Amino acid sequence: MIGLIGRKVGMTQIYGDGGQALPVTVIEAGPCTVTEVRTPERNGYAAVQLGFGTNKETRFTKPVLGQFKTRNLPPARHLREFRVADVAGLEVGQSLTVSLFEKGKSVDVQGTTKGRGFAGVVKRHGFAAGHASHGPTAGKQPGSIGASAYPSRVTKGKRLPGRMGGAQLTVKNLKLVGVDAEQNVLLVLGAVPGPVNGLVLVETRKD
Amino acid sequence: MGLIEKVEAAHMKDGRPVLRPGTTVEVAVRVIEGDKERQQRFRGEVISVRGSGMRATFTVRKVSEGVGVERTFPLHAPTIAEIKVVKHAKVRRAKLFYLRGRQGKAARLTESRGRGETSEQ
Repeated sequence: MIGLIGRKVGMTQIYGDGGQALPVTVIEAGPCTVTEVRTPERNGYAAVQLGFGTNKETRFTKPVLGQFKTRNLPPARHLREFRVADVAGLEVGQSLTVSLFEKGKSVDVQGTTKGRGFAGVVKRHGFAAGHASHGPTAGKQPGSIGASAYPSRVTKGKRLPGRMGGAQLTVKNLKLVGVDAEQNVLLVLGAVPGPVNGLVLVETRKD
Repeated sequence: MGLIEKVEAAHMKDGRPVLRPGTTVEVAVRVIEGDKERQQRFRGEVISVRGSGMRATFTVRKVSEGVGVERTFPLHAPTIAEIKVVKHAKVRRAKLFYLRGRQGKAARLTESRGRGETSEQ
């Protein structure tokens, strides 16, 4: 479904109709320019490529800059594609804003999670930590990772320490509690992957 | 002004007073019972103010029938109908938690004069 490229601004809280406090993420989304339309006839699938943000011309490579020049568009810092059911009504150069979204509807938000570096099993896989003291196996050790002579190896997929975060994650079905067309701002109920100022993709969904 | 502040500004309640530790306030809380709504008043001294913008909260302490009672309110909660500032006290702490360990005369605060802090935020 069509969506917008945006920037995670941060979180705050507002109050709902019943007076309850709602945790919301503020996302600055769009305006995005349609930089390319993919059609089933030409590309085998239907999608739109959107551009978001600006940058100095020297920051682009000549081939990328050329793509914008031929379309007579200002160069956009971020380019992302959104699959759409139908490309009718979408053309290169068109500007998309938060008016795509409606308060009360739900959205999917995709982002890159915060990098946690080399993380242990307690943080990475939610293992229970051991006792804090009393002996050599205290703390956050993973424990036994398998039997000995048979099978003589560690089973594939065994959850072990390693790099955590910095991966793409989509959080689905987040409710929109506010749309501000003037400031290009979306208020999404709950948390969204990634750090503040991180790039996020906000996608409409059928509900 | 950052975007977060702009978003918060749109949701913040007008007419909330600037609260400082030591301020005696009377908070009118909306209570919904069945289909009726009434207001409950909670009067006491502000012993703590924390947070900023939309997320600011304050704690009011009073002694009710010899029992210390504290309530923490979000400053911009819609359930708060009114915050009435009664008087200000001269305090030298940001948090007046030391009042918890005191009773009677020892738990008094000296009223401050001159600094009329009735401005709105």
